[in-house]
Amino acid sequence: MDDATLKNAASQAGDTPAGVVKGGDDYKYGFTTPVEMESFGKGLNEDVIRAISAKKNEPLFLLEFRLKAYKKWLTMKEPNWAHVQYPAIDYQDILYFAAPKQKPSLTGLDEVDPEILKTFERLGIPLDEQKRLSNVAVDAVFDSVSVATTHKKKLMEHGVIFCSISEAIHEYPELIEEYLGSVVPVGDNFYAALNSAVFTDGSFVYIPPGTKCPMELSTYFRINTEESGQFERTLIVCAEGSYVSYLEGCTAPKFDTNQLHAAVVELVTLDNAEIKYSTVQNWYSGDPKTGKGGIYNFVTKRGKCLGKKSKISWTQVETGSAITWKYPSCILVGDESVGEFYSVAMTNGFMQADTGTKMIHLGKNTKSSIISKGIAGDNSSNAYRGLVRIGKNATGSRNFSQCDSMLVGNRSSAHTFPYIETGNSGSQVEHEASTSKISEDQLFYFQSRGIPREEAISMIVNGFCKDVFNQLPMEFAVEAQKLLAMKLENSVG
Amino acid sequence: MLEVRNLNAHIGEADSVTQILKGINLSVQPGEVHAIMGPNGSGKSTLSKIIAGHPDYSVTQGEILFNGENILELEADERSRKGIFLGFQYPVEIPGVNNAEFLRMAYNQRRKAEGLEEADPLDFEEILDAKMKALDMDGRFKERAINEGFSGGEKKRNEILQMAVLDPALAILDETDSGLDVDALKIVAGGINRLRGPSKGIVLITHYQRLLDYVQPDFVHVLSGGRIVKSGGKDLALEVEKLGYDWLVK
Ligand SMILES: Nc1ncnc2c1ncn2[C@@H]1O[C@H](COP(=O)(O)OP(=O)(O)OP(=O)(O)O)[C@@H](O)[C@H]1O
Ligand SMILES: [Mg+2]
Repeated sequence: MDDATLKNAASQAGDTPAGVVKGGDDYKYGFTTPVEMESFGKGLNEDVIRAISAKKNEPLFLLEFRLKAYKKWLTMKEPNWAHVQYPAIDYQDILYFAAPKQKPSLTGLDEVDPEILKTFERLGIPLDEQKRLSNVAVDAVFDSVSVATTHKKKLMEHGVIFCSISEAIHEYPELIEEYLGSVVPVGDNFYAALNSAVFTDGSFVYIPPGTKCPMELSTYFRINTEESGQFERTLIVCAEGSYVSYLEGCTAPKFDTNQLHAAVVELVTLDNAEIKYSTVQNWYSGDPKTGKGGIYNFVTKRGKCLGKKSKISWTQVETGSAITWKYPSCILVGDESVGEFYSVAMTNGFMQADTGTKMIHLGKNTKSSIISKGIAGDNSSNAYRGLVRIGKNATGSRNFSQCDSMLVGNRSSAHTFPYIETGNSGSQVEHEASTSKISEDQLFYFQSRGIPREEAISMIVNGFCKDVFNQLPMEFAVEAQKLLAMKLENSVG
Repeated sequence: MLEVRNLNAHIGEADSVTQILKGINLSVQPGEVHAIMGPNGSGKSTLSKIIAGHPDYSVTQGEILFNGENILELEADERSRKGIFLGFQYPVEIPGVNNAEFLRMAYNQRRKAEGLEEADPLDFEEILDAKMKALDMDGRFKERAINEGFSGGEKKRNEILQMAVLDPALAILDETDSGLDVDALKIVAGGINRLRGPSKGIVLITHYQRLLDYVQPDFVHVLSGGRIVKSGGKDLALEVEKLGYDWLVK
C-alpha cells in the first residue's frame, strides 16, 4: 500500500467496521495493450459463425457443432433465477472474434507480438523460454486467441497433450469429436450454447493412461479489447489412472463498459483418474464507488467422473468480476467416484456473485464434499447456490456441505440457497451453514495488540478461508492470500 | 507516564447520547500500581477502553497524555505500539485465527515499531514457550483459535500471556482476576508482579481485595457515576471490601 492510500484509509477510520473498498485505481491489472487487432465487427448471425469456423479452417463436424448450438441459443432465454441484477445485454453489440493480428501459424514465441509478451510479463507470467516458470506449463489466452503454450516438448515426452483447443481440433480431431460437448451439451444453458456457437480458443489437455502429469498446467486468460466478449473453451480428459493439476488465472483491463466472459470448461475422468482444477479469478470488477464497468463472468464449468473411483476436485478463489454466475459441478457417474468443491468468493464495491456447485450422484457409493466461504463487503451481494442430487441408483452415497458467509460492514448481503434431492434412502446428505460478521470488538482486539486494522481484517478473513486455501497448490495459495489481502487493503471504512 | 485530565466521554449519536465519563483525572507514574474499584456500570471498563483507543466512544472534553504526548488522535494499534496494553474484561473470540500466530504478529508489530528486527517463527516459539511455562499454560493453547471455546479463566490467563509477550510500559487490566480459581489467581498475580518494575505503570481494575493481597497497589481509586469519588492508599480497598460503596457515593 502506498502512502496516499494509507492516509486515505486512516482518514476513513472510525466508521462502522470496514466497508471493504478496493479502490478502482488499485486494480493493478487494469492496463490495456496496444496491439493491432483483427475482428469481424459486432453482432452475431450464422454468417459470423461460418466465418469464424472458416477462418480457423475447422473440420465440418465442428461447424455443425457450432450451428447446432447457435440454433439452440436462438430459442433460449437468459437465465433470470440468479440473485443478480444488471441491465439487459445487447448480444448484437459484442465483438465475437477479436484476435491479435499475427501470421497464420506460429512456430515460435519470436513470432508473437512483443507487446503481448510484455503484457504477460507485466502480469507476472513470463512466456519466453529463459524466464519460464520452471514447474508450470502455461497456455496464455489473449482475448479470443491462444498466443503461447509453454513446456510443450517436455510434456510430449510423457505423452501429455497440452495445447490450444484450435490446435487440438486439427491435431486430435477424434478426441475433440468424442469429448467436446460430452459434459456440457451445446444446449445446456443460454451462455453455454452461446459459447458453443462462437468459442474461438481455449486449452486442451489429454493425460494418457497411467500418467501423472509431471508439472502443473496453467491457463492464463486476459481480455484486452473493450468491446469483445471472451468465449474460451477448455477441455481436459484424464485417461485411466492418470492425474493432472490444472490452474487458471484471469485478469482484464479497466473499462467503463461491461465485457462478457462466457466460458465453458469440461472435465472428464476415466477409471481411477483424478483432475484437480484450481481457479483464481480476478477479472476487473468495475468501479467500486459507482459500480460502472467490469466483467460479466457467466461461466459453465462441469466435470464428469465417468470412470469408477475417479475424482474431480474444483477449487476456486473468486475475487473479481462485476457479476459472477458460476457453478463448477460434478456428475458422478462411475461407482465410488468423488466430487469436491472448495470455494472462496469475495465481493466488494458493487459486485454481485451467485456461485456454488452441483453434485449429481449417479453411481453407487459416490461421495461429494462442498466447502464454500463467501465474504461480502461494501454494497456487494454474495450468494451461494448449491444442488446435491442423489439418484435412485446411487445407493450408499454421501455428501457433506458446509457454507459459511462473512459480512464486512453493514451494507452487504449474503444468501445461501441449498437444494437437496435424495432419490434413495441408503444415502446420507449433511448440510451446515453459518453467517458471521467481523465485529468492531474483534478489530479493536487486534488493534489493542498493535496490529493495524487492515492486517486484522486480512488475518480474520484468511482464517475464515483456511479450509479452502489448504486445497490450493502451494504457490497459488500464497497468491490467493495476497490477492485477498490486497482487495481488503482499503477495507477500513 | 499516563495523565488523564478532565476526561468526559459518551457513547451513541445525536438523540441517544449516554454520558459515561464526567471529568476523570488520573495520573500514573513509572513504577506505580493503581487499583480502580467502583460499582457495576460506573465507567471503569469505559475508561480503560478509551485509554486504549476504542473507536465507539467520543471524548467531548479533556485529554489523555502518554509520556507527554496527547494520544487521543492515535489509532488503537498505534497506542499499543507505544506501549499501552489493555487486558479485557471480556476477551472476544476470533475463530480461524491461530493464537500463536496472532501473538507473533503482535510481537513483531511492536518490534518493527521499535526499529528492531522481527522474530522468525522458531525464535518466537522459544520466547512464547518460556512465557507460557511461567503461566503454567498448556502448549495446546498455541494451536487453538484466539479465545475460541476457552473457559472464562483460560481467556483471562491468555490475556496475561499476551501482556507478558508484549511487555508493555503501561498495563491496564480490567477485571483480569474475575472468574479465576484460587490457583489461577496466584499464577496471574505472579505474571503481573513479574511485569512490575521501576519503568512500568500498572492499573488494576477489580472488585476484589483478594487480587490486591497478591499485587499490592500504591494507590486505590473509587470510580462512581463516571467520576473518581475517592482516592487513597491500599487501605481504601480494605474499607471498600468491608463497607461497600454507599458511604462514598453519598
Ligand atoms: N456500548 C455501549 N452502549 C451503551 N451503553 C454503554 C456502552 N458501553 C458502556 N455503556 C454504559 O456505560 C456505563 C459504564 O459501563 P462500564 O462497562 O464502563 O462499567 P464498569 O464500571 O466497567 O462496570 P462493571 O463493574 O460491571 O464491569 C454502563 O451504564 C453501561 O451500560
Ligand atoms: Mg467493566
